[in-house]
Amino acid sequence: MTFIAKPAVRHPSLPTNELGLTTRDYEGVMSTLCAGCGHDSVTAAVIQAFFELGIAPHRVAKLSGIGCSSKTPTYFLNQAHGFNAVHGRMPSIAAGANAANRDLIYVGVSGDGDSLSIGLGQLCHAIRRNINMLYIIENNGVYGLTKGQFSASADVGSLSKRGDPNPLAPMDPVALALGMGGTFVARSFSGDKPQLVPILKAGLAHPGFALVDVISPCVTFNDHEGSTKSYLFTRRHYHEALSADFVPAEKEIKAEYAEGGTIDVAVHGGGVIRFRKVPEGYDPTDRDAVTAYLGERHQEGEIVTGLLFVEPESRDYHGLKKTVETPLVDLPYEELCPGSEQLAELMNEFR
Amino acid sequence: MRGDSVIKINQFAIKLATVNGTGSASANALLMQAIFRMGIPVSGKNVFPSNIQGLPTWYEIRVDREEYTARAQEFDMMVAMNPESYGRDVAEVRPGGYLVYDSSWPLDPALARDDITFLGTPLAQMCIEHFEGARERVLMKNIAYVGVLAALVELDLDVVDAMLRERFGTKEHLMESNLRAIRLGFEFAREHFDCPLPIRLEKMDATQDSIMIDGNTAAALGCLYAGATVGAWYPITPATSLMDAFLHFCRRYREDAESGERRYCVVQAEDELAAAGVAIGAGWMGARAFTPTSGPGISLMSEFIGLAYYTEIPAVFFDIQRTGPSTGMPTRTQQADLLSVAYASHGDTKHIALFPANPHECFELTVQAFDLADRYQTPVFVVSDLDIGMNDWMCERLEWSDDYRPDRGKILSAEELEELDVFYRYVDADGDGVCARTLPGTHPKGAYFARGSGHDRYGRYTEDAKQYVDVVDRLTRKFANAAENLPAPIVELAPDSSLGVITLGSCDAAVREGVDQLARDGIAASLLRIRSFPFSAAVKEFLEQHDQLIVVEMNRDAQLRRLLVLETGVPQHRMGSIRYYGGSPMTANQVVAGVRRELEGVTA
Repeated sequence: MTFIAKPAVRHPSLPTNELGLTTRDYEGVMSTLCAGCGHDSVTAAVIQAFFELGIAPHRVAKLSGIGCSSKTPTYFLNQAHGFNAVHGRMPSIAAGANAANRDLIYVGVSGDGDSLSIGLGQLCHAIRRNINMLYIIENNGVYGLTKGQFSASADVGSLSKRGDPNPLAPMDPVALALGMGGTFVARSFSGDKPQLVPILKAGLAHPGFALVDVISPCVTFNDHEGSTKSYLFTRRHYHEALSADFVPAEKEIKAEYAEGGTIDVAVHGGGVIRFRKVPEGYDPTDRDAVTAYLGERHQEGEIVTGLLFVEPESRDYHGLKKTVETPLVDLPYEELCPGSEQLAELMNEFR
Repeated sequence: MRGDSVIKINQFAIKLATVNGTGSASANALLMQAIFRMGIPVSGKNVFPSNIQGLPTWYEIRVDREEYTARAQEFDMMVAMNPESYGRDVAEVRPGGYLVYDSSWPLDPALARDDITFLGTPLAQMCIEHFEGARERVLMKNIAYVGVLAALVELDLDVVDAMLRERFGTKEHLMESNLRAIRLGFEFAREHFDCPLPIRLEKMDATQDSIMIDGNTAAALGCLYAGATVGAWYPITPATSLMDAFLHFCRRYREDAESGERRYCVVQAEDELAAAGVAIGAGWMGARAFTPTSGPGISLMSEFIGLAYYTEIPAVFFDIQRTGPSTGMPTRTQQADLLSVAYASHGDTKHIALFPANPHECFELTVQAFDLADRYQTPVFVVSDLDIGMNDWMCERLEWSDDYRPDRGKILSAEELEELDVFYRYVDADGDGVCARTLPGTHPKGAYFARGSGHDRYGRYTEDAKQYVDVVDRLTRKFANAAENLPAPIVELAPDSSLGVITLGSCDAAVREGVDQLARDGIAASLLRIRSFPFSAAVKEFLEQHDQLIVVEMNRDAQLRRLLVLETGVPQHRMGSIRYYGGSPMTANQVVAGVRRELEGVTA
């Protein structure tokens, strides 16, 4: 039996959200990942983010591809519909699902193998289309399920478990998303839940493709001395460039003039992303400046984290395609079929 | 004049050899449509290169008062407008036939044939004299040959005038140029040739209830009328025009006049893999979704097709077949994807496939494909080909019943879910192999995890042998039940004949004509046209009823015969085989010759 249900015990003192649900209502089945896996921490952050936003779980569609990371959608939101697609192809399933029903909330969980190698093309085009979804890459630099091959995000010189250095240049999902016109780009660390939860919340609120690259160490195959994706290495080189909170519309504080080091970016559809501890001269809405900043910090050996870039004028795929507001799946058939008279008339044009 | 003296009214074929990108397609369409409007049954085959401009291209027009529409077996007349292909074009005219060519330059004496009539018309010279500018001169040269033909075969010029008026409307200049070019050709021919020729047109009343339409346009209308809202595709010949047509109709019928809001979403995907993913994702959400492609696309989509099969998600896939393998001949036709579609994807998979034989069926079977995909919660393939998809066919007007409502199959509503204690996705409650499904967002109780990995009837991940087998065995039952509810085969029994001819798709026209011809020669054969896979009992019954069977198809490896062997258990030695796979549509004489050859083989 590889499917493990969690006992439905609920502590009476657990806090509830506006829907009267506790975090337990946002959980899934028991994780079967290795003890200490970064991905389980990300799952906990996802649960927390959905709980705090008070989203009805059944209005969520959770998707993934193949790999350790892609197992995680079963570990959160039991009442959400899930889709475990084929390897690297989750973005196209999400694009089709979102095309059909724009009203659901979409969250995709992928890994560096799933998104940066076999699925790189689909990821790029999901970014280009600005599909309205939160897209989490649980990035550990290694293929776990096939036992430890380097992935495309492994750094040059990073050592495999048996001691071989990786010779190939890494793919950086953050740089990729910035270059592809991504409208929401963040990097975080599975070991920093206080940073990750607000980023996930902001990503869920963002009307477009929200890419969150989460360094999420693999305790079994990539947590050793010499690895650049280990807990230790990440903690040593980790630099939070700025922190971000998502303030929902109803809780919005009308502060036109933010305090020093704070930048507010309004989210289309409600709420505000509040950036704090913003370095002097850093503008999270200036793509070129953010790209340059990240390049400089990378040269210094820093792993820059935080909600790094957001496009305030983001228009998602439906906005770009002018689709009706009503989800296509909810349109009555009568509004789709032109009927017999129109066809009879049309036939005259084929004579 | 060496032309034959037998007068052939409304029963001849013309081939037009031109250079692609010179407006000849427009001239040829004009010609064919004018014949159609004269009430005369007509069909056209476009033989075109995989190229935009400058290469040889041909258009074949067959006029047949008896309404046979298969590709013509010989050509009574060639309109040779391309010096590059003169050699083969001259050779292709039947003895006693005619060759119209541009005599602005002398014809190479080596091309001379004394058994055909050469009708030289200085088209280029006339157009240089009467038109300005290089482009217009080239375009009008092609329109001018319509005028020449009008005189030679008595094409009704009033009909042509009316069509030009419809086409150009208020664009006076274009209208005037076209009319002038046609008159130039017409008058020259009247003056210099013995008009009309023995092959000629005469008004009939046989096309009133018909239309001229290509299969891709008809299939696009099927998608529109079936209520498809999400389409995804990657451009590929010969499937591209299906999505082009769908978009055209959606702009017309599915956009809000004021706001411009669209009641459809078409995704031009980055490749066929993504196109399949989009269709499946939308099907999962409950939209009617489709993707048009051709053989190479099916190869790329195969992994996703298996996912949809195993997760039981509806989606409609169009395979507008072209000549394979690999890139093959992208602008030529074939039926060589039968096996790859029937069992697309790794592991034990099997798919519902429908085989339209003409544009009318493209429309009808497309609508049925969406119903079947929903009812059986599985990918359904509409397997057409380049000949059906891209050529204009004369067929019955498409009609629609406003009583139609989509058959969405077993989808649980929020109310039904509320009543349930618990929902499990893959429990076969009705015993027909089809389980109830839920759509995301409907109700908290409806949630399940769609996954391509091993799952049990409760939708849970499994690696347990019994639980795995339980689900895949139910899928077998589902397809066995589906077989009897698919579009039925067309069976035409010849009384007391033990000979049965089996075919599918676009071979139909040639096979019918061939079987009629054989009947006139005293060889009676029953006909079975397969319209769906998996095969129904009616197919097996036909195989049992006939001692001698011959399968006619357009691929090298006798794929239909193989499928019949695999699925019905009828031994291969009982089925003869006629195959043509050179890329052109089949002709009746290939069928006739093939049947005779098979019969001789038996008696020998």
